[in-house]
Order: sequence, then structure tokens, then C-alpha cells
Amino acid sequence: MDAGTRYRAIRVPLGDRHHTHKLNNSSENLDRFIPNRSAMDFDFAHFMLSGGKVMKENSEPLSPSKEEYRKQLAAAFNMNRTRILSFRNKPPSPAEQSSPLFTDTQQQKHSKRQRIIPQTPERTLDAPEFVDDFYLNLLHWSDSNVLAIALGNSVYMWHASSGSISEVLADEDVGPVTSVRWAPDGKHLAVGLTNSHVQLYDSSSCKLLRTLRDGHRLRVGSLDWNNHILTTGGQDSLIINNDVRIRSHRVGTFMGHTREICSLKWSATGQHLASGANDNLVHIWSNSRTSSNSSNQCLHRLADHNAAVRALSWCPFQSNLLASGGGVADHCIKFWNTNTGACLNSVNTGSQVCSLQWSRHERELLSSHGYNDNQLILWKYPSMVKIAELQGHKSRVLHMAQSPDGCTVATVAGDERLMLWNVFGIPEVASKQAPKSNPEPFSNVARVR
Amino acid sequence: MASKAATKDIITLRGSAAIVSEFFGYAANSILYNRAVYPEESFAKVKKYGLPMLLTQDEGVKSFISNLTAQLSEWLESGKLQRIVLVIMSKVTSEVLERWNFSIETDKEVVETGASREKSDKEIMREIQAIMRQIATSISYLPCLDEPCVFDVLAYTDTDVAVPFTWIESDPKLIKYPQMVKLHSFDTKIHKVDTLVSYKNDEWDEA
Repeated sequence: MDAGTRYRAIRVPLGDRHHTHKLNNSSENLDRFIPNRSAMDFDFAHFMLSGGKVMKENSEPLSPSKEEYRKQLAAAFNMNRTRILSFRNKPPSPAEQSSPLFTDTQQQKHSKRQRIIPQTPERTLDAPEFVDDFYLNLLHWSDSNVLAIALGNSVYMWHASSGSISEVLADEDVGPVTSVRWAPDGKHLAVGLTNSHVQLYDSSSCKLLRTLRDGHRLRVGSLDWNNHILTTGGQDSLIINNDVRIRSHRVGTFMGHTREICSLKWSATGQHLASGANDNLVHIWSNSRTSSNSSNQCLHRLADHNAAVRALSWCPFQSNLLASGGGVADHCIKFWNTNTGACLNSVNTGSQVCSLQWSRHERELLSSHGYNDNQLILWKYPSMVKIAELQGHKSRVLHMAQSPDGCTVATVAGDERLMLWNVFGIPEVASKQAPKSNPEPFSNVARVR
Repeated sequence: MASKAATKDIITLRGSAAIVSEFFGYAANSILYNRAVYPEESFAKVKKYGLPMLLTQDEGVKSFISNLTAQLSEWLESGKLQRIVLVIMSKVTSEVLERWNFSIETDKEVVETGASREKSDKEIMREIQAIMRQIATSISYLPCLDEPCVFDVLAYTDTDVAVPFTWIESDPKLIKYPQMVKLHSFDTKIHKVDTLVSYKNDEWDEA
């Protein structure tokens, strides 16, 4: 490792003696800065360098024998020393990596999109004496998996997990039931009546707990809960907030509509109430000022529909998005930004829109329609591409209700049929609670009573 | 010398071959990860050489590398492996973009006589660790591989090696006018492995 060796190693004679030069120890050709040249293939580089020089110097054309000699020399230096091998089978190429944006999760979603939507209802139940009235709300599915439907003067509770039925009898003299709505706890059921009363029932004992009398003057066609506040909408165009815990239950009024209220929907956060009425208006109300007994101002007055609005649904994945559907003279589904009141999109469906339900698992919206086809349409949101059209009902499909697991949708129509559709697919987690899993007394068409 | 004597460890030819071929398996995985030849999510983390190392979970690549290391250790034990080169090529044009060159010098005496040498595992591991760190940091100077790439492995062996059925002769897949960066080396006292990466000169640089 002394200086002498080092210099000798670097100053190897170039040119004429390339073939005789062979370093017997690779550790010789190194210096302070490049401690090791063994990986650099110095010998070969040296040969290439010096070999080329020789050829240039005797620039006259080479004889064939010299050419041959040179080739052999090159072969001897390069190839004979070593054999270069590689696997016959090459490693798999990263095929799916063509775009860095294309990740696995997106692929999974892609395959999920090809789910099969059953074209026929999972089950059909009979619903005699169903009141075919566009302004009523007679079907609701509770979080405790009980489906409530009002038929004539009675309310029936169908326990989806067991298939058993219990009946709540409203008084004969108060007239047909005009609306039903489960409280968020799944135990209490609010029932709106033709005589303007609202009754609260305990679902387990089917007992009447309370009757709210001094509110409306005409029938109560729509109800919705916001915690302990029961909001009622009547034919008298009033919307009233009732605190069901206190004696003087009437705690607020929303005034703005001029015709019968046919739909009330609180947003998931409880901050906004959407109301639709026979005056073709949709109002968005804020919850902040409802504590006082005074009348409330609305946030937005949405006047784009040309018919009564009874289809309202808050988007489960975007809190300020509301879908609304108009009646027979309108045919449109409209999407609203409820913070600004801007109409985001409007789609003409070609038929009256009776009801809307968002899917909780996919960005999809289900709409139910009347004349001509009385069908259900599943839309992709926001593209509003029709994914499926489902036909089965013989009359307009007035009400829809979604099971708590978000898989099954119950529909009831003027043909007195209650149908259950597995339209929203079977998400991995849910589907156990779906009513299909249990053997039932009603197999196909069965009477509810 | 005194400190070496304190941690005296015997190393055999077979053990040395195992260390080198295992090293190459990890190095290949690390290169494929760091150069993003395969998607990031197809790798899983393990601890090795005192470092977090990433190993491919892609079954095809996994079996390719395990077949490779098995064959390499066989050749290493016979002292006939001169060099391993991991080549990264463009998937579309098959142009060679990078060559990871692992030159191997074998102590012929050990192969012939079956003698053993002395070097502690710890020391070898420290040397390997330095190389692995350099592979991981190489992304800071290597040009970006901004197109889909594939890789291949070349083994430079002595000519008297019988070519296994699953192998074929290959051209050296050289890069014209490459840039070269020499990395650390490690030595088991039987096999000495020198690492060098050569890559296509960045045209942008020259302009």
C-alpha cells in the first residue's frame, strides 16, 4: 500500500501492451480517493481504450485476418471470462401500475359497481284499505327494525326481524290515519289523524301515551322528529314544533306555506328542516330560532317546482344537500345546496315524483313514480345516470321507507301492495338484519291482517 | 487486531454464501421499493440488519427472488459467481435505465480447501447496513423513473458453470455512456461484495 505501488497501478502503460497486462491483484489499483475499483471493470475498460487507439493509429484498412484476430481478442477478453445468465422466466411486470392514480381501492370500488340489482321485489305483502292520498305519509321504518304502515283507521307494526305483526287501533271516530312517524329511539310512534290530533304510542305495549290536541285545525299529513321535538305539518298549512316532554307542547311555528304541508324532513344534524307543500314550494328552516313560541322566518324559499312537493330527502353523505321531487305537473328531481339556496341540478323524470330515498352505502338515489309506469328508478349521483328501473306496482308508488341497515326499501302504492326491494345492495356489514333472512308466515302475497 | 480477537467468529463457505445471497434478496427488494418499480402498497415492512426493510408481497416477485437467491447461494458455494446485476428497464421500450452491479470476489483458497475464516456477524451486518442505507438514499441523486419499469437479474458466472434448465444466456444489457456511483462494500472474508450503480445519463443535465 505504499506510494510506489499506487503510482504503478495508475500509470499502467497504455496502448501496445494491453494483452499482456493483467492485474494479478485487484486491490492494487486504488488510491486515496477511490479506495476500490474492482466493480468498475478496469481491465475491460483498459482494453477497450487501448484497443481502439491501436486501430486508429494504423488507419489503413485491416486485413481480414487481422479483423478476425481482433474479434477473437475481444471475445476472449469479454465473453470467455464470464457467462452472463438470466432467468428464462422474467419477473412479473407491474401491470396495474400504468397510472400512479390508479390504486387498489379504486379497483375494488369498480368491481363493486357491478352488483346485480334484483328486478323483482324480495317480498310482496298485502296492504288493504291503504289510503291512496298524495298528501299523506303512511309508511315509516324504525331504527329498531319495525315497519309502521297506516291502513284505514289502524296502524300496523311489522317486525322485520321476526315477521310478527302488532296493531295499534286509532279511534274509529277520528277518521283515517294521515301520517305515521317513528321517534329516533325506535320505541315511540307518532300518529297524525284526520281530526287534527296527533297521538303518541308506545310500540312495545301498543298503548296510547299522549294526544296532542291544540295544534292544527285540519288533518296532520306529515310528521318528523328532531330528538324530543315532534314537528307536525297540517292541511291548515301550518308547521308546528311540539316538545312532547312538556305539558304545553307547542313550542314553535313555521309560517310560510299557503297550502297543505305534504312533507317534513329534518336534516341529519337537526339544524335544518325542509318542508314541501301543495303550494309548490320548498322551504328550508333553521332550527336556531325555534325555541321561542314566535313564528319563524325561513332560510330559503325554493320556488322552482311546478307542482306539490312531497318527495324530500337529505343526502346522508353531504349534509347541505337536499333532493326534492315534484308532483304530476312537474316531473323533476332537483338538488339544492341548503346553505346558499342554490339549485344544483334538475332532472326531468317524465313522471310524477312521489318519494325519494338516498342510499347510505353508495352515491345513489332512489325515486318512486306514478303514471305511466309506476316504477322505481335508481340514479347514480351526481351524474344522474339511471342504474336501474324497477317495475312491480300497478299504481303510483306513494311511499318509500328504508330499513335501518340501508339495504332494503319498502314501497307501498295505490294498488294496496307493500313491496320490499333489495335495491341498495348488500353491504358487507349489514344484510343480517334484512327481513329476508327469516322464515315468515307470509311467503309471497300475504295479508297483513 | 485485539478488538477483533475479542469477537472471534468462525465463518464457513456455506455460511458466507447464505449471507451474500440473503443480502442480495433484501437488496433487490429494497431497490424495487425505492425505485418504485412495483407499487408501494405491495411491500411490507420487516426488521433486518438493524433497519426497517421492505419486502414485496407480490407472489410473482416473491417467488422470482427466492428462486434467484437459492440459485445464487449454490453458485456462491462453488465460488463460480462473479457478479450479479439487477437491471431496471423501461417497460415499453426495454431501454436499460439502471444497473445495480454487485461484484463478488471469492477467496479461492476457501473453496478449494474448505477452510474457514474469522469475522463477526456483527461487523458484517454493519457493513451490509451501510449498503442498505446507501440504496435507500440513492433516490436523491438517481434520475426519476417516470415511466413504468420492469427489472431483470443477470448473473455473471465462470464459464465452466453448467447452465441450469431455468436459466438462459443473456446479453449484458449495458447502458451507453453511463453515470456511475460507487457504493460501500462488505466482506465476509470469503466473499467480498462491491456495489455500484450505473444509470443513464440525464439528458437534461447535459443540455
